[in-house]
Amino acid sequence: MAYKIIGSQCTNCSGCEAECPNLAISERGGTFVIDPALCTECIGHFDTPQCVAICPVDNTCVIDTSVPRYHES
Amino acid sequence: MTDLGHVLTEAFGDEDGVVDVADVMQKMAEHKGCGTSSEGGKASCGSSGGPEDMDPAIWEKVKNHPCYSEEAHHHYARMHVAVAPACNIQCNYCNRKYDCANESRPGVVSEKLTPTQAAKKVLAVASTIPQMTVLGIAGPGDPLANPAKTFETFRQIMEAAPDIKLCLSTNGLALPDYVDEIAKYNVDHVTITINMVDPEIGQHIYPWIFWEHKRITGIEAARILTERQLRGLEMLTERGILAKINSVMIPGVNDQHLVEVNRAVKSRGAFLHNIMPLISAPEHGTVFGLNGQRGPTAQELKALQDSCEGEMNMMRHCRQCRADAVGLLGEDRSAEFTTDKIMEMEVEYDAAGRKAYQQAVEGERQAKVAARQEELATLGGATSAIKLLVAVATKGHGVINEHFGHAKEFQVYELSTAGAKFVGHRRVDLYCQGGYGEEDSLDTIILAINDCHAVFVAKIGGCPKADLLKAGIDPVDQYAHEYIEKSAIIWFKDYLAKVESGAIVHVERGDAAIRQGALLSAA
Ligand code: SF4
Ligand code: SF4
Ligand code: SF4
Repeated sequence: MAYKIIGSQCTNCSGCEAECPNLAISERGGTFVIDPALCTECIGHFDTPQCVAICPVDNTCVIDTSVPRYHES
Repeated sequence: MTDLGHVLTEAFGDEDGVVDVADVMQKMAEHKGCGTSSEGGKASCGSSGGPEDMDPAIWEKVKNHPCYSEEAHHHYARMHVAVAPACNIQCNYCNRKYDCANESRPGVVSEKLTPTQAAKKVLAVASTIPQMTVLGIAGPGDPLANPAKTFETFRQIMEAAPDIKLCLSTNGLALPDYVDEIAKYNVDHVTITINMVDPEIGQHIYPWIFWEHKRITGIEAARILTERQLRGLEMLTERGILAKINSVMIPGVNDQHLVEVNRAVKSRGAFLHNIMPLISAPEHGTVFGLNGQRGPTAQELKALQDSCEGEMNMMRHCRQCRADAVGLLGEDRSAEFTTDKIMEMEVEYDAAGRKAYQQAVEGERQAKVAARQEELATLGGATSAIKLLVAVATKGHGVINEHFGHAKEFQVYELSTAGAKFVGHRRVDLYCQGGYGEEDSLDTIILAINDCHAVFVAKIGGCPKADLLKAGIDPVDQYAHEYIEKSAIIWFKDYLAKVESGAIVHVERGDAAIRQGALLSAA
């Protein structure tokens, strides 16, 4: 699994972009997106997903169950 | 809060970028004691002080800073650029989702710029508005939550336009980590928004902070925040960087407590304290707005400011500007400088032209001070317990030069035999209140200046004149285009004489409402 951003909720504040340990978040066409191939759910880095912890709008950075679960290598 | 904090931004660098830290620290240490008014009412240093009651080194730093010097705000302009909207805390008076082109409150900004766009905008504005002396990064968000963008912007501006003072507003959480970098870019004026020094109270203002990679809530969050804020303030003072403290007055939450905050920041060397009213309309969607938390009335705000004034310098002219504001305080010309327009502009930075213009402004300003002194002298010896407020319609330059019907705000002065003292401003523009007729708008204006005995204007029509008189507010138009303070003192002398002779009876006025609405672009 990976995290994803609900675009309609995002304020484009860029807070998550700076905090992601994997540089998985970037701005595309005026809104922020997470690259599921890079997102590790912050496992191995931090106790909580950083994008979730800093985002000012609740339920904007959410788990994307359609992506296979990340495994620490 | 940076934003609220950031709401006003400021900082200064020396003309040539060199700051003698030891010297300034010494001056600041000496300066602490001078917050108390002499002669009950004569302006204290800091916000309302002038050269006569301030150390020359500090005066040099504040004299053309519209936010730091009440004097200067009539003559000089500031601008904010929004480059770093991320934030590391959440305040209950901020909703970072909301944006409206006519809004003027925390968390709100229309255009986010890259550092390079921001630097170009600064040069474009500086060339168009030669009295623009200060560039601030004030949010939305916390500039120090996105330090790379913030400091890159400062670096580019420092190189291209070294005469522009740089300033920064922050919620203080990350401040201790960046004080050295702040000093490196000659940002020698920083605003910290401090709403509490007691975590018990803080937990009702801040739902969470993002700290050391964790979201922390409750008392623990407020405890970390207050520790970091006060430590950051101490570090600024140690380096000779002037710090202004912004506090948001939230009735029933921190209103009593702000006296303690005032003491705490003063003892750590803060230069100026700006207590601002909470803005909390339900339509803004903030926690406070939604749960019905009210803002203070004009009288409550003034009483708190007055009670802190003995402790230290109070700032009364804050307009709670939006984070991309441009122009004199109280006006917003940001619409003239949208990114599209700027990117098309050919910008040539005319440092010499700016200097010449600013010299002319200095001349104008000295004339105003001289006029006030002259009139004050004529009040000499007069004693009266009467103290009252008057409202003034002005477009700047310290002159009564606005038509009553065009005023978007009124400046309020307190008159006593000690002179005319600026105590605040009242917003009255009604843009966001579409659908109200002329009648209603006049009622709203009267509500906003209901605590004033008179309103000074350049011109006024017959109808509003009659209505104002009915409400007990004297419309005064005979001082059109004359200096505010001088005219107010002349009027006050006349008022006292009439009271003395029995021609009028002095009565106290009631309270007034602080408008929560938008500050419309003056462009
Ligand atoms: S969960 Fe962690 S790794 Fe994934 S996008 Fe968010 S911050 Fe980046
Ligand atoms: S932190 Fe939240 S609101 Fe800010 S850019 Fe990321 S997803 Fe959007
Ligand atoms: S939440 Fe952040 S951006 Fe909003 S007012 Fe508070 S410090 Fe400023």
